[in-house]
Amino acid sequence: MTYLIAFLIIFLLAVIIIQIGKVTELAAKIRGEEEVARQSSQQQGLWLLIFGIVFLIGCFWSAYYYRNYMFGYGPLTSASEHGADLDYIFNITLVFTGIVFVITHILLFWYSYKYREQQGQKALFFAHDTKLEYIWTAVPAVVMTLLVSQGLVTWNSIFPTLTEEDKYLEIEATGYQFAWDIRYPGADGKLGNKDFRLIDPATNSLGVDWTDEYSVDDVILGGTDKIVLPKDSTIKVRITAKDVLHNFYLPHFRVKMDAVPGLPTSFIFKPIMTTEEFRQQLRAYPEWQVPADPNDPEGKQRWETFEYELACAELCGKGHYSMRRVIEVVSREEYETWIAGQKSFYLENIRGTAADPHKDKLFSNEIKLRARELKSAMEAALKETATDADKTIQLKHVFYKTGSDELSDLSKYELDNLADLMQKNAGVRVELGGHTDNTGDPAANLTLSQKRADNVRAYLINKGIDAARLVSKGYGQDKPLESNDTEEGRQKNRRTELRIISK
Amino acid sequence: MANLAVHEEDVLIKEQGYDDHFHDHHHGDNYQSGFLMHYVFSMDHKIIARQFLITGMIWAIIGAAMSVVFRMQLGFPEESLTWIKPFLGKWIVVDPATGVGKLSPEFYYALVTMHGTILVFFVLTAGLSGTFSNLLIPLQIGARDMASPFLNMLSYWFFFLAGIVMFYSLFLSTGPFSGGWVAYPPLSALPQASSGSGAGMTLWLVSLTLFVVSVLLGGINYITTVLNLRTKGMSMWRLPLPIWAFFVTAILGLLSFPVLVSGFFMLICDRSLGTSFFLSDIFIAGQALDRVGGSPILYQHLFWFLGHPEVYIIILPAMGIVSEVMSVHARKPIFGYRAMVYSIMAIGFLSFIVWAHHMFMAGVNPFLSNFFVVFTLIIAVPSAVKVFNWITTLYGGNLRLNTPMLFAIGFVSLFISGGLTGIFLGNSAIDIQMHDTYFVVAHFHIVMGVAAFFGMFAGIYHWFPKMYGRFMNETLGKIHFWGTLIGAYAIFWPMHYLGMAGVPRRYYSFDTFDAFRHFTEMNKFITVFAIITFAVQLVFVINFFYSIWYGKKLKVKNPWGATTLEWTTGIEPIHGNWPGKLPVVHRWAYDYNKDEREFVPQHVPLKEGEIGDH
Repeated sequence: MTYLIAFLIIFLLAVIIIQIGKVTELAAKIRGEEEVARQSSQQQGLWLLIFGIVFLIGCFWSAYYYRNYMFGYGPLTSASEHGADLDYIFNITLVFTGIVFVITHILLFWYSYKYREQQGQKALFFAHDTKLEYIWTAVPAVVMTLLVSQGLVTWNSIFPTLTEEDKYLEIEATGYQFAWDIRYPGADGKLGNKDFRLIDPATNSLGVDWTDEYSVDDVILGGTDKIVLPKDSTIKVRITAKDVLHNFYLPHFRVKMDAVPGLPTSFIFKPIMTTEEFRQQLRAYPEWQVPADPNDPEGKQRWETFEYELACAELCGKGHYSMRRVIEVVSREEYETWIAGQKSFYLENIRGTAADPHKDKLFSNEIKLRARELKSAMEAALKETATDADKTIQLKHVFYKTGSDELSDLSKYELDNLADLMQKNAGVRVELGGHTDNTGDPAANLTLSQKRADNVRAYLINKGIDAARLVSKGYGQDKPLESNDTEEGRQKNRRTELRIISK
Repeated sequence: MANLAVHEEDVLIKEQGYDDHFHDHHHGDNYQSGFLMHYVFSMDHKIIARQFLITGMIWAIIGAAMSVVFRMQLGFPEESLTWIKPFLGKWIVVDPATGVGKLSPEFYYALVTMHGTILVFFVLTAGLSGTFSNLLIPLQIGARDMASPFLNMLSYWFFFLAGIVMFYSLFLSTGPFSGGWVAYPPLSALPQASSGSGAGMTLWLVSLTLFVVSVLLGGINYITTVLNLRTKGMSMWRLPLPIWAFFVTAILGLLSFPVLVSGFFMLICDRSLGTSFFLSDIFIAGQALDRVGGSPILYQHLFWFLGHPEVYIIILPAMGIVSEVMSVHARKPIFGYRAMVYSIMAIGFLSFIVWAHHMFMAGVNPFLSNFFVVFTLIIAVPSAVKVFNWITTLYGGNLRLNTPMLFAIGFVSLFISGGLTGIFLGNSAIDIQMHDTYFVVAHFHIVMGVAAFFGMFAGIYHWFPKMYGRFMNETLGKIHFWGTLIGAYAIFWPMHYLGMAGVPRRYYSFDTFDAFRHFTEMNKFITVFAIITFAVQLVFVINFFYSIWYGKKLKVKNPWGATTLEWTTGIEPIHGNWPGKLPVVHRWAYDYNKDEREFVPQHVPLKEGEIGDH
């Protein structure tokens, strides 16, 4: 029914439109067609003039009205160094084109009005004028040359070639349907390699190649974490994509570059205002002194909630409009603190798992760390006030080959550290205790644990520790640390312990 | 010669015309006289022109209606669209809790993509150039028909077929293609990437390949006709400006569309045969693809090698039409005829070496952009010359401000407004910020969308009497003009501000971002005017079809007092255009108000001492 009514209304409107047309045609017949056409030209000429005036005023008024929302004006100055140059070229182009726009429109509408059809008016035969034509070919050519040279100088300065000597922070942004992953280089300042074939959505969504040592300390930001950047530092963003084209777009920084699968691109920029400084700049403008949430007039004001944003600017599918991330620019010191608090993705999530390519090797910092840990445990055990618990030290990094009593290669770092400590604390006597979990035959476990403890002892003796200071004892499965019901518990129960017998 | 009474023959032509023995051949007025052959499988250029025009209009209505639907989503995201569910079905997603229906994002992107594809190719290429090249080339150069009427007919039917395939794709359960009218891979190459990249994309490619066949058949015909079938005395320097524009347009199409098709073929191979022209290092839908070594940027080069000339393929015919219409109704010669021709040629040539200005931010070497910036901004010079010449054509005229003339003046305004923003975007440094924002949307809609439509409307109102022997209604025409001019500026002018505020194009919703969400009122304003402007176009459609049958009848051969040859044919030109001899041309096309004569048609011999060219 609704559709029927809608159809009828449309039909009626069509009839009305046709009738309007017919009426004027009939009127024209009565009053003489030529006369009517001339009168219509008179009217239309006037309307064109009025339109021209209203249009030009409208253009200026609307530009003025929106000035504080547009980048490059009001509070929205560029937050990056190169952005100011961009805004400058935009504005000189605006001035030149604005002049041309106004002059041509005044002429267009003024001539349309002035030379509208009049009885007895005769048109000029004015077919060409070489001088005039030369002038208006030359003037645009000169203006264009100015704009192009300005533009290209800026353009080329925005894409410098950075060398090893330049100090810059290189981060990586990877776009995918429909979000961004951000990777920081960690302490070594270099991003590790990656390869799309290594991508595993669960454990390695970027496909970072963990065999590349540069990747070991790389930090990967979680999905909603702010991207923190230091102020006044050159930042090179390596831009990559996993699936389709994306575009890394930072409107406040005048940064934009496609992310192309298979072809890493980059953009170099230098933030010159922290988020907080930008907020303070916004604060002075009435447009920004309104509640951020209209339903909560008492809440924060718009300027207070301002954030720099990262958006996607290349159509990438149905979620294209939602690839937002927040960027926070902070002072250099705050940045250093922040980055120091970020954990390496590899060490947190990959180290020691099946996916770890470095299972059979230790990194120098890990070696140092282990030495430090063992040393402090030993110091605690040797204190006067040490309790029995303190006197038992788990040798966490001593392992054996599966089902065997043979020490694994990596255990030697821990044992070497232990040998060092034994040398330094010459009076100490210790017991080396072997423990297993409850799987298998208890008697066999007892034998295995004894053999393992013996092997540790033998290793230390070989390192020059007096055999009299070392006792080895196998406890089998009798002294579990935790329940043997879970694999985790069993893993903790399979261990080698050091106990201080005397100092 | 039985119809001579109806198609009264021009005395001048009869006495001084050129006899090509047309009526010695068997096809005279009875040629293709059955309904099916006359109106459907016609080989007559005038019928084919009308076929292109009406098909183009149907597509324009579909394409514009799509934009109204997605504008409603953008302008009024809170309002329910449940009421269009009967038409769009599952693409309106109704929230079960609130009952509010929204356009699904997939279909939003499909609409945006189809809107672009349809308007650029089906309406502004086929509907504009196809219509007027067909209608005017033989009529204005004094030819009986196209060089190959059969290829001309095929050109229309390939276009028709392309339309059928595209139309069919609208009804696929996975939806039509939704990856943007530029169809960049990998999004367009991988069905996993988007539901529209499945069957929708296959049909899109098939449709556009058929379309290119149509353009090439038409183009080669236009070029051959202009070069070989000009009547006696019609030297190249006496061609009316629309013919120059159509001629250069056809050359552009002939040279650039094949490159697009080569890109399409590679894309088809990537989609169907497992090649990797445009694919490399892709992990999608939980899987690393075994497709390496290609480059998505290669496609962009191939696409824009057509894509940029394409915008001139669209705008040059409009420029030609406007030059002609403006000169006729200003009762003045077009100012700087030769400069106009040279600037058409310059624009045509330059259009081939600027394509990468669409790719400043695509990841191509920034050094390369230097050249493209220079070439791009050189185009501003011939474009500026054209604008100055149009304005000077108005200067000192006696302007008949009827509907075609109003559209021609409107065209100049739009071309200035949209052209000037091109100077921003062509400068790569500014493009960093403006690329893919609403500033670009405003720019190209004004300069090659609305402006080209204005050229087309100027042509339709001006040559409607030639096509149908009747006039379109002037009052409705003026309502149409003012509604469209005001509406178009109200829609697209604010978009400059959106772009300058950084708002990216092709966003389904602006609410996700703090930076982009301040413009609710503006978006409403734009949507309201989009609806009004669409409604005003229906006034045109009604006027058009009503006038075909009931419009004011044409009683004289040359109602506008124009100089060009099409007005020397009968009121309803027959097949072969001129009943007897062909007119012989003695002068250029713009002798208006020269030595006391209000206009001197091209086939009027020179007086003693008179110069026929300029």
